[in-house]
Amino acid sequence: MREPAFVRQVLAVAGMEVRKLRHDPTELATRAVQPVLWLAIFGQAMAHAHALDTGSIPYLDYLVPGILAQSVLFIAIFNGISVIWERDLGIVHKFLVSPAPRTALVLGKALGAGARALVQAIVVVLLGVALGVDLRLAPGALAGTVLVVILGAAVFSTFSLIIACIVKTRERFMGIGQVLTMPLFFASNAIYPTSVMPGWVRAIAKANPLTYQIDALRELLLPAHSALSPMGLPLDFAVLAAALVILVIVSARIYPRIAI
Amino acid sequence: MLPPGDFAIEARGLTRDFGKLRAVDGVSFSVAPGESFALLGRNGAGKTTVIKMLTTLLPPTSGSARIAGFDLAGESAQVRASIGYVPQALSADGDLTGYENLLVFAGLHGVPRAEVRQRIDEALAFMGLAAFAHKLVKTYSGGMIRRLEIAQSTLHRPKVLFLDEPTVGLDPVARIAVWDRLERLQATSRSAILLTTHYLEEAERLCARVAIMNAGRIAALGSPAQMKAALGPDATFEDVFERFTAGSAEAGDYDEASRTRSAANSHA
Repeated sequence: MREPAFVRQVLAVAGMEVRKLRHDPTELATRAVQPVLWLAIFGQAMAHAHALDTGSIPYLDYLVPGILAQSVLFIAIFNGISVIWERDLGIVHKFLVSPAPRTALVLGKALGAGARALVQAIVVVLLGVALGVDLRLAPGALAGTVLVVILGAAVFSTFSLIIACIVKTRERFMGIGQVLTMPLFFASNAIYPTSVMPGWVRAIAKANPLTYQIDALRELLLPAHSALSPMGLPLDFAVLAAALVILVIVSARIYPRIAI
Repeated sequence: MLPPGDFAIEARGLTRDFGKLRAVDGVSFSVAPGESFALLGRNGAGKTTVIKMLTTLLPPTSGSARIAGFDLAGESAQVRASIGYVPQALSADGDLTGYENLLVFAGLHGVPRAEVRQRIDEALAFMGLAAFAHKLVKTYSGGMIRRLEIAQSTLHRPKVLFLDEPTVGLDPVARIAVWDRLERLQATSRSAILLTTHYLEEAERLCARVAIMNAGRIAALGSPAQMKAALGPDATFEDVFERFTAGSAEAGDYDEASRTRSAANSHA
């Protein structure tokens, strides 16, 4: 009976996010603005400049999975703010006093961020289609995309939770959140291939889970782009899953500290 | 006296330091099953720190406790399964409905699936919230949120219920409504209750036994009637409280409380 109880506890926490989204979907509309700007302005300008070699794929097509992952990252990385807010309210204390294992609590938070990110992913995919990008929308590709989005959101939201448990205040977190988002995003293959980077940036990109998330999204969503997927799906999934396991173990240990 | 292990709460020499500050200093007391017990004291006396230790949120620097027969340090999972907790802050999630708030904790506590709906409906009705079950909690008043939290903390029928200043910040009408519901809860459930408060009336009304805390220690322990009688024929409970909390001057009070809180935050 232990396993179903664990799953139920994870879903109880994750379900909070889903219900909140249902009560107030306006947040989703405001969050759609940024990817629109990236694709419509940055994407069009870069495509026009022909500054980057993306092989046989038009630059805008190349960019869509990158911006999708960016949206997921931005949602997930500020998950820590909501944890600090829940701490101020005393909600975290009540979670921690429940019999749920800490791993169930942090995994529930991660999955909740995944649900939030998923809605955002749908917005970006629809946006891509509207801009005439040739996306693979076969059921298999979409199912894989859903999985990658949830995994990616879970990885970065758990990372964010760990930061929140260390810094503990909203103000400090906001500062650090900005500082972390920049290198995570620019030292990745989101808006250019890693081949254009100097060696040391490429080394960061190679250790950055976001790179693997984007690689997987390109592989799944873009047709005939094998020349641009240096990693391959199995490695992408393995890296994301391993990152999640490590982060969940670390965050489960550190989560109770935010309540003190 | 009950044999050891049969108490709802049994605290032995609980002590907690935050850096150089000793917030709780050798606190010992026991609470029988079904009994209601108050920790009374001014701000900064260490009441909340005691509750945080007894609910497994904060490890004691030294000392030990058993909750519902389980050791606080060695059996914390069993302790958590046996208790309900209402923190000092109004801690329901405003972006969810009252029903949904309870649903989350029904899941976390493993309330049998077939009973979830009925138990939530009953708990909400018991706290006088049935008509607001599907309204967002951010539309609730403070007193309603507090009653919702008590409903949430009793959903899994805990052996021990911890209430940290359950009526702080509520207006008198809301406060009396909370007291009424708590008295009905005392009459119908078998949960022991440990509450902290700085309202003398609250402790006297809800609890047959109280401990007065001052500067991290228990300064007096017994029934309010005994304490009053010991002080003199005309003594009020206010006199008793004054007598045992004297020395922590009014002006130093806030200072000490904020010092405890900031020390608690920076030493976590």
